[in-house]
Amino acid sequence: MKAWKFEDNINTDLITPGRYNMTTDETQLGKIAFIEYRPEFSKNVKKGDYIIAGKNFGCGSSREHAPVALKAAGVSAVIAKSFARIFFRNCINVGLPIFICNQTELIDDGDIIQTNINENIIVNETKKISIPILSPPEFIQKIMLSGGLIEFLRRDSYV
Amino acid sequence: MSQTITEKILAHVSNKKEVFPGDYVVSDIDWIMFHDSTGPLTIKGFEDIGKRICNKEKIVTFFDHFYPAPNIEAAKLHQISRRFIDLQGLNNHHTDGICHQILAEKYVKPGNVVVGADSHTCTLGALGSFATGLGSTDIAGVMATGKCWFKVPDNMKIHYTNKLKKGVYAKDVILKTAGLIGSEGADYFAIEFSGDYIKSSSISERLTMCNMAVELGAKNGIIEPDEKTLEFTGNQGLFFKSDYNASYEKEFSIDVSQFGPQIACPNSVDNVKPVEEVAGTPIDQAFIGTCTNGRLDDIEIVARILKSYKVKQSTRLIVIPASMNVYLRAFQKGYIQIISSAGGIISSPSCGPCIGRHNGVLADGEVCISTQNRNFNGRMGSPKSMIYLSSPASAAASAITGEITDPRDYL
Ligand code: SF4
Repeated sequence: MKAWKFEDNINTDLITPGRYNMTTDETQLGKIAFIEYRPEFSKNVKKGDYIIAGKNFGCGSSREHAPVALKAAGVSAVIAKSFARIFFRNCINVGLPIFICNQTELIDDGDIIQTNINENIIVNETKKISIPILSPPEFIQKIMLSGGLIEFLRRDSYV
Repeated sequence: MSQTITEKILAHVSNKKEVFPGDYVVSDIDWIMFHDSTGPLTIKGFEDIGKRICNKEKIVTFFDHFYPAPNIEAAKLHQISRRFIDLQGLNNHHTDGICHQILAEKYVKPGNVVVGADSHTCTLGALGSFATGLGSTDIAGVMATGKCWFKVPDNMKIHYTNKLKKGVYAKDVILKTAGLIGSEGADYFAIEFSGDYIKSSSISERLTMCNMAVELGAKNGIIEPDEKTLEFTGNQGLFFKSDYNASYEKEFSIDVSQFGPQIACPNSVDNVKPVEEVAGTPIDQAFIGTCTNGRLDDIEIVARILKSYKVKQSTRLIVIPASMNVYLRAFQKGYIQIISSAGGIISSPSCGPCIGRHNGVLADGEVCISTQNRNFNGRMGSPKSMIYLSSPASAAASAITGEITDPRDYL
């Protein structure tokens, strides 16, 4: 699916501007992701698309609205060089898959990519290369894939 | 491999021999906290999970952020939490002070792992525990499982050398630190506060330092336990210490004898200046209290400064002890009487105006000097008000003159 490329230090205000945070409705939040910073994203993002970013993605306030909005917009994973601490935790807990990749410069805006979690790689189909990712351990992936901490704990528990 | 105190605690509670920064662990949790502000969301998350409470004795709940309720909305939130607390039979419920203060006074022991639905849970690291703030969803998960996942943080060590000069306190030291390393300088780190100043400091001073670890971006702040910790916590707990050759990603050294009182100017905690540079700025309110500086030694300094002075007529001085225990001891020692006679307002133990909910909310254009830990725009009320952060001594001296004042002239 398509890669949407972002730079370093994307903060939660750029993802979900403060004045749109009044709602907790997911569908509503899905429509406002990057609404001011990159309006074409909120209009054209397709289910399964990826966000590719530089360092410190998700810095700023600890609002859970930001990862919820990206997930609701259909983003299948955020892949960045590093994440802000609370955003990182929030992503896992709300079920938005995230991966750390030290070479996100090998992916350009609009490239078609796939993740292969079993082999810890991203395949950049446009550029015909595969790029390593650091994926979190199995139990963290289980939390992300079950849709978040609440869903995970409803059915499962930590070992 | 040599390990830091934070790594040792996390390894211990997740049944591992050692852990490294970046590792993920699932830890057993000793204390789980929520309060009136974060309680309702935590309760909702917990109910969505649909499991039973894992260990009631480990959950400690508080009404402190807006207690007693200042309006109907707040009263309703208390109702939601109170129903849940009663229904679940949670017996560690407190209305006698600020969550972090009461956790320090009554619950947390060295080596414990403490999580709270409040960012300043890191305060408890002062007792040699691993303590960190989490979101409401996370706390709901811990209530259902007794466990929590963590990513092991990188380590930063700050050595504080030498002795404080007269009129300089722990708050000035941590404000100076914020000015030096910045509000994101310790992002994701465990900060270990160490050095001879820390060794000689009281538990109250250590609580002030660790309280503000999160203002530097840290996951936790921690101080190795010693004889003072032992005495304060009644000889209980596990005493972890960093290995002498443990490795730190970042290390700083700060000579505490090299600076005077510090003030963090609006609107960020790292906008720190020596008091001389901002002295003379007119204020409308001085507030002494909060989990940062609402303890007995803080109130004692205020009483000492106000003993032969009066609060300026155009200025409000608000003093709020951090717990009922502090309040009663301040009363016995006569501090409350001195402050009241000088024109100060004393409120019952709670967060008070720290988050602009009650007991001293600011209007447009008003200026407050406060001993709290955050001066974000609008935190104490109007977005057009301004907050300067300081030690209790600087705030008390400023209440006398009605402008930001160097406390050394009054000591
Ligand atoms: S006193 Fe202020 S900083 Fe401390 S817990 Fe209360 S609201 Fe938070």
